[in-house]
Amino acid sequence: MTADLLARSGPLQSWTDRFAALPDTVQVVATPHVAMADLRVDPAGPAAADVAGFLGVDLPTAPSTYVETDSVRVIWLGPDEWLVTSPFRAPRALEAGLRDAVAGRGAVVDVSGQRTTLGLAGANARDVLSGGCAIDLHPAVFRRGAAAQTLLGLTGVVLVALDDTATSYEILVRSSFAPYLASWLLDAATEHTPT
Amino acid sequence: MQLITCPYCGPREEAEFHYGGQAHVPHPADPGSLSDEEWAHHLFFRDNPRGPFAERWVHALGCRRWFNAVRDTVSYRFHHIYRLDQARPETP
Ligand SMILES: [Zn+2]
Repeated sequence: MTADLLARSGPLQSWTDRFAALPDTVQVVATPHVAMADLRVDPAGPAAADVAGFLGVDLPTAPSTYVETDSVRVIWLGPDEWLVTSPFRAPRALEAGLRDAVAGRGAVVDVSGQRTTLGLAGANARDVLSGGCAIDLHPAVFRRGAAAQTLLGLTGVVLVALDDTATSYEILVRSSFAPYLASWLLDAATEHTPT
Repeated sequence: MQLITCPYCGPREEAEFHYGGQAHVPHPADPGSLSDEEWAHHLFFRDNPRGPFAERWVHALGCRRWFNAVRDTVSYRFHHIYRLDQARPETP
């Protein structure tokens, strides 16, 4: 069976060496294969409560925020739309579990292949982002719990703040734009690279 | 660059938004009964005021939600921004 011989790979697999050469103050790591499901449901309806029961956390209703448990992160995408991500659950299991909870009162679609995940960390992480992102990234307003859909360079991303000190982020980018964003990040990191 | 205040996400750069033309254009109740001329008017004819204009916008690169705005076509100033389920505010 030829299919069994195909190795799992991510869209940024060939970038590993270039990421590894970056300085400590701008660390980039590609994290492929994170399960992601797009959830559409009425936040005030009974389905939202059943989804919250399944996920173990209430759906966030404040724009540009996320909540998380030990196993899932729930990112606000719109007033009736969320992105549920998990590196620990299989995509189909995540989709099936959400679909059972929604029970026809909304929509759940596995979108694991749509985006790939980049980790960006280090003392200059915020400086790098600021060069291509217009939203206010000051940790007083963009900190752990914040997740914004916006432009970074010339591509749309979901930008997730992981800490309160502007030194750790996750960037969710569409897989076909990932090489563009990777080269943009490497270019933006150049000015922070000791010569 | 001009900032536009998405009713959900707050102020974002204009580049994240797309324009959707005149707001509050009702779809004909019975399109089949219209003459070709009346149908063409519904599809293609829009107001083009000098001053406040109620328009549709979409936060295309953010939350991807449509909303309405009253914008001054001379100054580009947004006078009102309101959700689709909110009534059109009084315009000056
Ligand atoms: Zn928005």
